[in-house]
Amino acid sequence: MIPERFITFAVPAGLFIIAILAFWTDEPFTITLTTRVAILGLAAVGLNIALGIGGLVSLGHAAFFGLGGYAMGILAYHAQTYSPLTLGPLVIEGTKSMPVIWIVAVVTSALAALAIGVLSLRTSGVYFIMITLAFGQMLYYFSVSWSAYGGEDGLSIYLRNEFPGINTLVPIQFFGLCFVLLCLALVLQARLRGSSFGLALNAARQAPARVETVGLNPVRLKLLAFVISGAITGLAGALYADLNRFVSPSMFSWHLSGELIVLIIIGGVGRLVGPVIGAALFVALEHWLGGLTEYWHIGLGAILLGIVLFSRGGVIGFLTGKAGPNV
Amino acid sequence: MSLLSVQGLQASYGEVPALFGVDLHIEPGMVMALMGRNGTGKSTTVKAICRMLPSTGRLFLEGQNLHALPSYKVARLGIGLVPEGRRCFTDLTVTENLIAAARPGPWDLATIGQLFPRLSERSTQTASSLSGGEQQMLAIGRALMTNPRLLILDEATEGLAPIVRQEIWSAIRRIKAETGMAILLIDKSIKELATVSDTAVILSRGQTVWAGSMLDFTPDLASRYVGV
Repeated sequence: MIPERFITFAVPAGLFIIAILAFWTDEPFTITLTTRVAILGLAAVGLNIALGIGGLVSLGHAAFFGLGGYAMGILAYHAQTYSPLTLGPLVIEGTKSMPVIWIVAVVTSALAALAIGVLSLRTSGVYFIMITLAFGQMLYYFSVSWSAYGGEDGLSIYLRNEFPGINTLVPIQFFGLCFVLLCLALVLQARLRGSSFGLALNAARQAPARVETVGLNPVRLKLLAFVISGAITGLAGALYADLNRFVSPSMFSWHLSGELIVLIIIGGVGRLVGPVIGAALFVALEHWLGGLTEYWHIGLGAILLGIVLFSRGGVIGFLTGKAGPNV
Repeated sequence: MSLLSVQGLQASYGEVPALFGVDLHIEPGMVMALMGRNGTGKSTTVKAICRMLPSTGRLFLEGQNLHALPSYKVARLGIGLVPEGRRCFTDLTVTENLIAAARPGPWDLATIGQLFPRLSERSTQTASSLSGGEQQMLAIGRALMTNPRLLILDEATEGLAPIVRQEIWSAIRRIKAETGMAILLIDKSIKELATVSDTAVILSRGQTVWAGSMLDFTPDLASRYVGV
């Protein structure tokens, strides 16, 4: 059996090495695939904080991914058309600065997560799943009808946004940015999990009534986790929009929320690098099986079925022989 | 002013009434035994005090009305509960269980380790891998980590081997002697309760039928209301 600590370091290192090898062998498409893994991994790391530690099965996390994407799309659109964004008396200039876009994406997603969380966390179990799904779909249909930003057709951005000192149009440099953000999110997740907040959140997932007897408010713990989770997924949405230079309502789609959950289950729920393993397998299958047949999701489904039936802790559980992080 | 003042406490499970008027008053540093036959409302009283069950009547902790508070705020005010059946956070390690409950005060990982050296030895094990006795020690340790002013132990020695039971009782005596913490005890062992407790309250059919010093607790009361 492989120690989990080794996997935790080996997976990001492996992703980095593949991107560097692709750079040396002049394979920009492979670099784009590793960038996609880093971004989807980042989105799933966000969800893993809510789902893996807090036990919150959100089927509406695409809402935050889409908000992050549209934050990028709208700001970049106004920058490229030299037209300010007018919100009542407020006039906001567009921007092509990635740091500014990231801040807007994170704040927007966090505020949305706060609003959705306050209402959704009044419920639990299947009702929580349904309410988060409903919020996600509300935003999906809103984006479809938002003709100012492309409506159903989406919105194209001609140039990738800028980051000081980096040429983001060079694939390996853009990968580097996404990889650093993924690593920061992984460090944050590890710190959160080991902190008293993370332990209390974990306890609240196991027994909400019991944590109250030690003076902890389970709803507040879960709400904070949901907000942090939404903010990270929103950041991933902004990066994803930059990678494709395109935003569309599909970023809000419930399919994407489901895929993020699948990534986590494949890698291992609550495991630190589980979402990255899930994202890597997902992108690899999409690329290789997708080249053979448009029904490649059947292959993904078979893998998911195998993992659920035979390895309770996902790929990491299979490799370590442990069903959970502490088991 | 009493630390905990309960007067005319009534509670029910849905439509089914369970408490009809419980009175008890705990002073700071006092150890009180809450006694009665099975089903007389001892655990229900504890749940009502901790606001885990809706109730009516007077319920005050140092003059603060607990009825106005949710259960987590009651715990923050200083009531530490060791619930019946241990109920540790099974996926967390011993240390993680303790850290999750930690609040500022004299009780920390070191002092809990001194009280229960077995927990120190098992610090990296998950709660689910501990024996029943060790889980009970962890449940007590977790309640102490909240640094309460009143510790409530609901059947803390139930279902444990005699030698482990003795360890738990020794720990309770040590808490009483070294910290002067107020303790409310529910247990089936009248002999042990009599040696640790200063006062006792007896419940019968959901109400207080006797309250007084442990010195006044007679075999007649025991056979009439407690069934021994």
